[in-house]
Amino acid sequence: MSIELIIGILEIILIATTPLVFAGIGELVTEKSGVLNLGVEGMMLVGAVTAFVTLVITGSYFLAFFISILSGIVMSGLFAILVLFLMSNQIATGLALTIFGIGLSSMLGKEYIGTPIDGLSPWLFVIFSFVIVFLISYFFYKTKMGLILRAVGESHNSAHALGYSVIKIRFLSILFGGSMCALAGSYISICYAPMWQEGMTAGRGWIALALVVFATWKPERVLIGAYIFGGVTILQMNLQALGLRFPGQFFSMAPYIATIIVLVLISSNRLRIKLSAPASLTIPFYKGR
Amino acid sequence: MVKFITFILAFLVFAFGSANADPKKVGFIYIGPPGDHGWTYMHDVGRKYMESQLGDSITSTYIENVPENADAVRAIRKLADSGHDLIFTTSFNYMDQTHEVAKDFPDIKFEHATGYMQADNVATYSARFYEGRMIEGHIAGHMSKTGTIGYIASFPIPEVVRGINAFYLAAAKVNPDIKMKIIWVFTWYDPGKEADAANTLINQGADIIVQHTDTYAPCQAAQKAGVFAFGQASNQEAFCPDAHLTSIEDIWGPYYADRAKAVVDGTWSSGDTWDGMDKGMVVMSPYNTKLMPSSLIQEAVNMEVGIKDGTLHPFTGPIYNQAGELVVPEGEVAPDGMLLGMNFYVQGIDGEVPQ
Repeated sequence: MSIELIIGILEIILIATTPLVFAGIGELVTEKSGVLNLGVEGMMLVGAVTAFVTLVITGSYFLAFFISILSGIVMSGLFAILVLFLMSNQIATGLALTIFGIGLSSMLGKEYIGTPIDGLSPWLFVIFSFVIVFLISYFFYKTKMGLILRAVGESHNSAHALGYSVIKIRFLSILFGGSMCALAGSYISICYAPMWQEGMTAGRGWIALALVVFATWKPERVLIGAYIFGGVTILQMNLQALGLRFPGQFFSMAPYIATIIVLVLISSNRLRIKLSAPASLTIPFYKGR
Repeated sequence: MVKFITFILAFLVFAFGSANADPKKVGFIYIGPPGDHGWTYMHDVGRKYMESQLGDSITSTYIENVPENADAVRAIRKLADSGHDLIFTTSFNYMDQTHEVAKDFPDIKFEHATGYMQADNVATYSARFYEGRMIEGHIAGHMSKTGTIGYIASFPIPEVVRGINAFYLAAAKVNPDIKMKIIWVFTWYDPGKEADAANTLINQGADIIVQHTDTYAPCQAAQKAGVFAFGQASNQEAFCPDAHLTSIEDIWGPYYADRAKAVVDGTWSSGDTWDGMDKGMVVMSPYNTKLMPSSLIQEAVNMEVGIKDGTLHPFTGPIYNQAGELVVPEGEVAPDGMLLGMNFYVQGIDGEVPQ
């Protein structure tokens, strides 16, 4: 194996894994505040299509990413209003957001399928994905705001009693999650596979959700988990291309199996605390109770 | 979502208008979105052609993005329940689901693409894409400088394996030392993963990318890396003009128009259709004159002529399997039965077909 080959493999792994890191870290922040948003896939798709369409219309990469992130904020804002103020069920609302996002992105992108664009180099985003993970890690464990956010996710009643605005903190966390998902989507349609195709995220949103559980709600583990998920996929491709016999099907399902194992482990309460699942996850907060 | 609403509306229109149901309803189940510029796109082009040919005597609807699992049963049943007369299920792995629903609706005609099981009300149809693969293989044999071909395969079904073998046999005829690197991605549609596979193959020395998946991401990746590629299902030259050599185009329109007309006329009967270049079901996209020498283009065109008049067959013996056993004797061509069930690589290809 030559050094160029190994560098090539690493490059492909980095490029392929970055969207998982973005979406995963966004969802992690949302979940840490005690809200489960299953709309990741939908927000990614809307982010992907808005970025692509903006780029085609304006020709500006900056505007493309800006509008895309804005779309993520709008999508997740909608979700936030529904679950925080109207107390709708988080699971159902999140699923609805995904279905909505799939449809909306198809509609917005209809005229733009097959429009050729110049892709953007992914490397800036790859670097940013590492930076953001360390920033979030620092934020959670070294800053007061991070502590408050985690407190809201653990026990919203206690946080409320201490005078923190549970709703406001959750709202912002959801918006952050949405904007990161949109960034992941725009990275896919502008850098990773520069095109717009309906449903082009192809389930990466669900992998990102699985990733958060797999990472047991720890930022640096999201990064590690993403690189395990992404790396395994690319490595098995390389082994296949080298002519080695390899069960590719198995690796297509590996992320989900790993996640199910973690889910089984945390279904026991004692472990759940150990594995640091936010105690208030999916539980709605009623002011004054 | 829009599709779904359209579908519901179509359903309502039908539900209230069925008393004087004149136009026959033709439904399609798509594996991907019609915008994939690949497999589903070409089925949709065929559907539109059918509509344009038959005018008011039919209406058509489709459901897109139907996964190849139990969901397909629901989707097919939905079309059957809403009074469709003819339903095309356009992917191999809809086979069991199509038959499951077809059993319950003996009066509705079903057509299953690329399948091999028929019933009284289930016909199968497919195109001999392997004829196009042979031409691609021949071109690749001449165009590859590294002698390494990267092949992105989707699922280990006979259709895909047949394509790999036809490609390799033709390429090896030109350059006996040619090597094939094959990656099975276990998806038809995932632009990211298809690009990853293409980049992996290029990284391992492939200078021609062949795909049996549905988007133009591999061709785009090839263009970026400065190597050649063959498109899939539709002409993809616009997306990768400096890489695209040709594509195998699937032309379904005439068949769909034919079968729908048979339903309108009441002459439909089950059967198995497997047409190729001679009937125009398989067409090569314009060869890229910027990239290919004109002598090679001429050879490819001659091959097309040979395939059409039956003097050239991609699976002409002697053909050996990987164990070195003679599977097609010298001077004979592989029978359709062998082609339809093909689940082995021919001699010279490394690796194994995943099980």
